[in-house]
Amino acid sequence: MKRLVLAVLLLLTAAAQAAEPRRYGLEPEKVAPDTYVFVGKTENFSPANGGNIVNTGFIVTKAGVVVIDTGPSLLYGREMRQAIAKVTPLPVVRVINTHLHPDHIFGNQAFADVGIEALPATIRGEEAHGKAFADNMYRMVGAWMQGTELHPPSRQLPRAVQTVGGHRLEMIAVQGHTDADLMVLDHATGVLFASDMAFLDRAPTTPHAEPAAWVAALDEMAKLPFTVLIPGHGRPDKERRAIRQTRDWLAWLDATLRRVAEDGLEMTEAMAQPIPERFAGMALAREEFVRSVSHLYPRLEQASLRRTGP
Amino acid sequence: MRRLVLALLILLPAAAGRAEDMADPLGSPLWPDIRAQVLGKDAYVFDARVEVTAPASAENSAQLPVAVRVHGLSVRQIVLFADYNPIPRILALRPLDAEPYVATRFKINMASPVRAAALAEDGLWHVGGVWVDAAGGGCTVASAASADAAWQSRLGETASRAWAKGKGSRVRLHMIHPMDTGLAAGIPAFYLEKSRISAADGKVLAELETFEPVSENPILTLEVRGRAGPGGFRFEGRDNNGNLFQSRIQEGGPG
Repeated sequence: MKRLVLAVLLLLTAAAQAAEPRRYGLEPEKVAPDTYVFVGKTENFSPANGGNIVNTGFIVTKAGVVVIDTGPSLLYGREMRQAIAKVTPLPVVRVINTHLHPDHIFGNQAFADVGIEALPATIRGEEAHGKAFADNMYRMVGAWMQGTELHPPSRQLPRAVQTVGGHRLEMIAVQGHTDADLMVLDHATGVLFASDMAFLDRAPTTPHAEPAAWVAALDEMAKLPFTVLIPGHGRPDKERRAIRQTRDWLAWLDATLRRVAEDGLEMTEAMAQPIPERFAGMALAREEFVRSVSHLYPRLEQASLRRTGP
Repeated sequence: MRRLVLALLILLPAAAGRAEDMADPLGSPLWPDIRAQVLGKDAYVFDARVEVTAPASAENSAQLPVAVRVHGLSVRQIVLFADYNPIPRILALRPLDAEPYVATRFKINMASPVRAAALAEDGLWHVGGVWVDAAGGGCTVASAASADAAWQSRLGETASRAWAKGKGSRVRLHMIHPMDTGLAAGIPAFYLEKSRISAADGKVLAELETFEPVSENPILTLEVRGRAGPGGFRFEGRDNNGNLFQSRIQEGGPG
């Protein structure tokens, strides 16, 4: 009998632990009138952070709420929606994926009734890579992904400038971080949702990047009339640091890898290159540099070699 | 103190013994099996002078970079292997007139120790290695080439270059080859098997055996004695289907 009681007690404890709701605890941060951001940690994916390493946001217009990116999981998307409902009784009317990366799209399911919009190349990218992204996310953050499935956008973004409930939203399609990156500039508030085209105090990621195109796009971005920039990762930026810093990192990364490829270094040697002191305050600098070498070096080292016959 | 020295003297030769396996510094429970598979009954020691360099985790399981350099030992042969790969051996180098050094990229199937064993003049295999974390699947995925017939016309195309380094040269060679492992369903093993690098006068500087895990479109980095000179170094290779590849490796980029 004692044993039975013990077994029941053990089971109850386990059940209580299982029932303990897993939560990101998302709190919207107001960055401008009508404009809110869920600021993620500047960390790598981990079972501890559940993938909450990304910035998502929303704009409350008179015609309803515009959501920009949906986060890493179904749970995150649901929490976003609950948090939005605490800010405004208005419905979510538009949901945008800025690009194909998994930390920006796996909350889509929570907005399935609204429908998701993205650039055509982003939709194709999610359809092509989404399954692999999902597998990788389950591996990296685990149970937080429970119930999460790929839910690609169903609508292509219609027009470059759209006025939604009094907010003139300029949809700016660029390339560099991926082959299709969408930024949203709200002319009513001066907020630029820069997607992963800009990072702040967190090293940029490059799995689908084209550094030269990215640097060129950043130079154009610097001319945009914004007052607050929301980077894909890092704090909202009112000092125009994010564009400069992202550009500085990418230019250094590209120049360094070209130079060491030309010097005949192999990939592990390239990965061991020193990182300049000015990037010391950047989270994950060494980790992202090593990853970037994997992404970018093969093409550069091949370009350093000469076609040779017998 | 004397007793300690005596104890150490007794322990040291025992540590180099054959039948009993030493505690693996990488803590892999499979070490005795992998040791038997790769080194047979040969005697070995774990030795930090055999330096294996690879990133702590594989960003791309189909293309994990790895470099081996042996310090302060006269080396006859180096074998590179990954314990938990379905085909552990990656390559074997005989640095006849070359540095005990090689770098390449390979397919890693899951998190695994990646090790090199260097057979030194003392008759012992000196073993070093590192752990690499990986999402995996590298070995059982079909090559991109196997899905694209157009690549066959480029089979064996090479690009290469030599760089002066001290009294010797670093050589790098990239080849178009699917390097199929035979572990993806319906696609037979097809890989570069044997190659060598010679001086212009025909003297063989290094012999290399490559196995299935070496990555598609392999890139190899070696360090040989001497300079490329006007004649360059000669690379000759053969795959397991009998295709022969030749290329001349010279200093200077594509310009």
